[in-house]
Amino acid sequence: MYGFFLVPADFFGIFWVMTMFDVDKIRADFPVLQEEVYPGVPLVYLDSAASSQKPLVVIEAMNEYYRRYNANVHRGIHRLSEEATNAYEGARERIARFINAAESCEIIYVRNATEGFNLVAYSWGRANIKPGDEILLTEMEHHANIVPWQLLVQEKGAVLRYVPFNEDGTLDLSSLSELLTERTRLFSFTAVSNVFGTINPVKQLVDAAHAVGALVMVDAAQAVPHMAVDVQAWDCDFMAFSSHKMCGPTGIGVLYGKRELLEAMPPFMGGGDMIRRVRLDGSTWNDLPWKFEAGTPSIAEAIGLGTAVDYLTNLGMDNIHAHEQFITNYALEALSEVPGLKVYGPPANQKAGVAAFTLKGLHPHDISELLDKDGIAIRAGHHCAMPLHHKLGLAATARASFYLHTTTQEIDKLVISLHRARKIFRL
Amino acid sequence: MDESIYREQIIDLYEHPLNYGKLEPADFSYEEDNPLCGDVVRIDVRLDENNRVAEVAWSGDGCAISQASASLLTEEIKGMTLDEVRAFPKERLLELIGVPLSMARVKCALLSLKVLKAGAYGMPDPEILRKQTNQTEE
Ligand SMILES: Cc1ncc(COP(=O)(O)O)c(C=O)c1O
Repeated sequence: MYGFFLVPADFFGIFWVMTMFDVDKIRADFPVLQEEVYPGVPLVYLDSAASSQKPLVVIEAMNEYYRRYNANVHRGIHRLSEEATNAYEGARERIARFINAAESCEIIYVRNATEGFNLVAYSWGRANIKPGDEILLTEMEHHANIVPWQLLVQEKGAVLRYVPFNEDGTLDLSSLSELLTERTRLFSFTAVSNVFGTINPVKQLVDAAHAVGALVMVDAAQAVPHMAVDVQAWDCDFMAFSSHKMCGPTGIGVLYGKRELLEAMPPFMGGGDMIRRVRLDGSTWNDLPWKFEAGTPSIAEAIGLGTAVDYLTNLGMDNIHAHEQFITNYALEALSEVPGLKVYGPPANQKAGVAAFTLKGLHPHDISELLDKDGIAIRAGHHCAMPLHHKLGLAATARASFYLHTTTQEIDKLVISLHRARKIFRL
Repeated sequence: MDESIYREQIIDLYEHPLNYGKLEPADFSYEEDNPLCGDVVRIDVRLDENNRVAEVAWSGDGCAISQASASLLTEEIKGMTLDEVRAFPKERLLELIGVPLSMARVKCALLSLKVLKAGAYGMPDPEILRKQTNQTEE
């Protein structure tokens, strides 16, 4: 189904994709991709970086729980509760394998990546950060990896520093040795930028931080859905990601943490499930991971995420990544033909499936609205990365993002629609 | 496909905005951004001795809808009293824009009005000011 007129940069990668990856078959797995947005206008979903669509197996797995074995987990000596607990904990084990965590107790269920950052800032940060300590971030972070640390340093009299980025959207590591010092307690950065698509050199950054005794937290919200992630190879101390960006439901995400760190941390929230013993004058905490999972959790959602992990695993993360590389290559090439269009971030071979762009004479809101009339969903705005946009001198960009079901035909439609938008604006 | 929200008038105003610029000094000025996209609109107003809008200018950066709306709104309030400006109904502005808008775009359309009203309400009533100065003089 791919045109041969495009000369692929990575011939063997493309060959692999063509032989192993059947996009039409994958598209059939997603009910929403069969929908029309307006009568006669099929959906072209290019907003997976904001939230991905869900394959039928994930939707069905959640329905199945509600229809057949709905019960609370860890709380009942009865058949349904046992089945629910097995499904909930089974999902955790598969998630652990998916990111190669050493143990499944290092997988803490949270609501989303944002909660993962808040949990670490609140629990680890409050216990460990002292006045004058430094936390290092980068200028390309999502607000989820900025604001929790701002709250923490305000409270503690600590200091935030930022690694700048270059014009091409890669990190400027020339000043890293001045920014990472013995005062640095934590370096928290994104593995993949949700605006530039930059794939950052995670292992190199982890090693540099560890060399000065700092811990590392990785924002993997845009990495885990799109490429094989191995937390032991990265050797990061904490990592957070969201289910809803990786074919799973909303309402659940994961905080990964190294066991000894999690064990030493005080609880984040108090309540049922997270305790071992409660007396009126005090309580003791449950074991990992439940110490951090107070109250009845998102059970169906955890089961749904487990199924999403199975779905992605079956397709193969390397195949998904190769397909996205192919589409990104194609898209950057095609977009470069639209007059006045500028894509931000590094070239396709260093970039995940994200193209944030501006179009001279057309505001991103207007672009998004005009594309919507052609059934094309993109995002317009600052994508929760206001510091990044501020540095670029922009209030907003338009962003098309690609996933395992994106086709070259969809990119062609995007380009045609952009040409049409320019015409409507007399450009 | 229906592009009716981008009818001629909206595009015209986007290309050639009305009352674009700044007034310094002004009787009141206000600036605010749209949290959805970070677009900024500022409005400056000068009143005449009867408390009516004598001059008005807006500035900022934004989408065609927010820009057209700022042009139409500033055109419409010329000659209005401060009280009329404060009571300006949002329905009237949407009517002036005259194209069907989705919920997200209604926010773009109403940004200029929000800025105008924040400015108008933030400004102490000139009548009260006058009375206060009279009182201190007495
Ligand atoms: C890089 C990055 N980090 C963090 C987040 C936050 O994810 P969530 O809103 O699911 O917590 C996102 C998603 O918007 C993201 O793209």
